[in-house]
Amino acid sequence: MRIFDPHIHMTSRTTDDYEAMRAAGVRAVVEPAFWLGQPRTAPATFRDYFDSLLGWEPFRAAQYGIAHHCTIALNPKEANDPRCLPVLDELPRWLVKDRVVAVGEIGYDAMTPAEDKALAAQLQLAADHGLPALVHTPHRDKLAGLRRTLDAVRESALGTERVLLDHLNETTVEEAKDSGCWLGFSVYPDTKMDEARMVALLKAYGPERVLVNSAADWGRSDPLKTRKVGDLMLAEGFSEDDVDRVLWRNPVEFYGMSGRLVLDVAATAPTHEGNSVLRGGE
Amino acid sequence: MSRPTTDDLPGAARAWLDQALAEAAARPNSQGPISVWELRLAEAGRRCGPAHAEAARIRILAAARPDATALARVYFQGTAEERLAVLRALPDLVPGPDALPLVEDALRTNDTRLLAAAVGPYAARHLDRHGWRHAVLKCLFTGVPVDAVADLAERARGDGELARMLRDYAAERTAAGRAVPEDLHRVLHHADQEV
Repeated sequence: MRIFDPHIHMTSRTTDDYEAMRAAGVRAVVEPAFWLGQPRTAPATFRDYFDSLLGWEPFRAAQYGIAHHCTIALNPKEANDPRCLPVLDELPRWLVKDRVVAVGEIGYDAMTPAEDKALAAQLQLAADHGLPALVHTPHRDKLAGLRRTLDAVRESALGTERVLLDHLNETTVEEAKDSGCWLGFSVYPDTKMDEARMVALLKAYGPERVLVNSAADWGRSDPLKTRKVGDLMLAEGFSEDDVDRVLWRNPVEFYGMSGRLVLDVAATAPTHEGNSVLRGGE
Repeated sequence: MSRPTTDDLPGAARAWLDQALAEAAARPNSQGPISVWELRLAEAGRRCGPAHAEAARIRILAAARPDATALARVYFQGTAEERLAVLRALPDLVPGPDALPLVEDALRTNDTRLLAAAVGPYAARHLDRHGWRHAVLKCLFTGVPVDAVADLAERARGDGELARMLRDYAAERTAAGRAVPEDLHRVLHHADQEV
């Protein structure tokens, strides 16, 4: 089983996770820029974060045979902080970079006017840079949040076929599917979706335009949830081809719209036998 | 070490690179918030493909002839791949020691690609003795082959302090029950030579 986790925050994970992910079949990941669990207070810390998403983290991933790409954005939560807002003006410098395969995560958190502005501006940036957009749906007031998100997308220059709506669930899947957007589901130990509910949704709505991710980060989460969904799909009667479609071909097709996916890790791995994540001396 | 070239670049990518080189040569440090050649440097990977990206970036840098400020900017705002190209281009771009902060930055990372590029001819020419010894030791620590270290034999020859550092490191490895890297003996051999 080859797996592409289209949403995982590897910066917060250990090399043990990389090793286990590789063993489970994960060959590619996309790491969306997001909130770090603690608010940032200045654009400079975003710059360092973006740099690590384009430097150290892909290097670390390559040590384990995993192709690492990222999405770049000012996340909705921090779009509410005027100290962070200037990051918006600096985004174009990163959006031209290789390995940046979408604008994201953008979307709504508390559905404030500041979030409206940041979302509209960044949907436009995606259109300007030939990138698709990863738009998450809010944790609170999710259905209203989805509808407001879809309004923003329809008012933007970006077509719905270039938008991935993430963190969907039973209450939002139908309207999201009708919109023509790609459908993202985050499978978590407690919250969001679990494996059984995910497979039930796949049975009800089919595998077309569906992406499954672990969204693993610094909170309670599991970077192997993608594999667990694949296993349950097979146990529940889906074909290997269905699994490959959901866990590999759909994310490749969506992020491939950027023209920047390089899935051959060997081509990007260090020329030299790198073991520096082992800290040397091992 | 053979340098990558753009000789076998396919047609569309070659046309893109030719255009990028012309733009870089014409207006190196102007046009809006981001100079065109800096954009081309950023997107060279997807335009030319991973196998040719580094060679293409080095040619764009050579055509743009950035001053020290512009070079530092594209390094510090670059991805690991862009930084790699800047480090490789340094010996041909910067005659004096002005770009040493870039090399020192790369030597502080743990990215073996950057480390290998940082210990090239520019470091051999300009890095002070203390910094150079630590760079060599870091190569041994992180598994970067010392073949990457430019002018290794010449700079190491007769360096008693380097020899001491290498012997201490070998003793530390042995005490821990670990093998001493073959490269360490090679460097030690040079360091033990009479000047």
